[in-house]
Amino acid sequence: MARDGGVTWRRTEKIDRFNLSAADTAEELHVLAVDDSLVDRKVIERLLRISSCKVTAVDSGIRALQFLGLDEEKNSNGFNDLKVDLIITDYCMPGMTGYELLKKVKESSVFREIPVVIMSSENVLARIDRCLEEGAEDFIVKPVKLSDVKRIKDYTTREFRVGEEERTRKGINKRKQRDSFDLSSSSPPSILSSSPVSSSSSSPESQSPSPSPPSIPSASSAPSSPSPIDSHSPTRRVKTTSSE
Amino acid sequence: MNIVNQLQRQFIDFSTSLHREGFVDDQFTQLQKLQDENSPDFVVEVVSLFFEDCEKLINNMARALEQTQGVDFKQVDASVHQLKGSSSSIGAMRVKNACISFRSFCEAQNREGCLRCLQQVTHEYSLLKNKLQTLFTLEQQILAAGGSIPVVD
Repeated sequence: MARDGGVTWRRTEKIDRFNLSAADTAEELHVLAVDDSLVDRKVIERLLRISSCKVTAVDSGIRALQFLGLDEEKNSNGFNDLKVDLIITDYCMPGMTGYELLKKVKESSVFREIPVVIMSSENVLARIDRCLEEGAEDFIVKPVKLSDVKRIKDYTTREFRVGEEERTRKGINKRKQRDSFDLSSSSPPSILSSSPVSSSSSSPESQSPSPSPPSIPSASSAPSSPSPIDSHSPTRRVKTTSSE
Repeated sequence: MNIVNQLQRQFIDFSTSLHREGFVDDQFTQLQKLQDENSPDFVVEVVSLFFEDCEKLINNMARALEQTQGVDFKQVDASVHQLKGSSSSIGAMRVKNACISFRSFCEAQNREGCLRCLQQVTHEYSLLKNKLQTLFTLEQQILAAGGSIPVVD
């Protein structure tokens, strides 16, 4: 375990396995998890590892930027060889919030393509919208469950494999209302994750069975499609025009 | 019934009561499911971190509420918010609920109310600690007797 200030960098237990084949290595996503809560970091790390991801967990936005090499003052050369495939960050953090971190990442020409997922214990619509508008890939209401990780992993992997085209078709459908789910299984979200594409104005794709999909909390209309409130649909950060 | 079965029965009953009495919710079950041979002590580890967090935060709240020259309710609220977050993450439902009430008193800047809530939170934390210690002991006993820990959904 290497430590550098607040950075805990632990290799996954499966390191031997993925060193054997280049294909395996390429498949394992490297996730940078950012959360000031030690308990939450421990949980998210476990969730990610059990989902076959490599994880680097840091306790602040600053450290996240340092790890990425975006911090102007410090250059964390030693870590730069592990490409980050996804950033998952808590919203409420002292110092730099998850939102601010999101902005910094999206402002960077080098890192803007990395999907950023925001986690928050507060299910605040305005907050969710703001994050999505700024380019967040998804917004997870805490506590984070395995089904959440599976969902984001699915579409992150898909992005890799399918690339631009897929990305432009992706809509904003990933908010969830914690209460509306059966917590024990990965039912609706997983089903949706298999077809994450859904623009706010159209109906879901044919392959999506969409059983009561995640709907936005209270204030919104609850469309039957896995999409957010139409009137609030933020523009996707990428070149997409799918959400109108 | 042999000893393993007896212990397993006890474990199941105890687990069920923890859920029924609201000490833990489904998030706790989720964490239990994340434990496996690669990470056999995951739950105990997270729970330990949580209890350490609890103690630290409770102390912070107590200190902040003691300030005679004026309580910084924002500071108290910040600690409550953190505790609410971590209790939610591990499924410590009663602690979490106690935090929710606590936050309203912080918002209302009601010192007496806050002190009562602090008492409540502290109480729930000790109750939970005892309960989980019992649970973990049962687990150890089952394993020592050569059995496996039942999955209680």
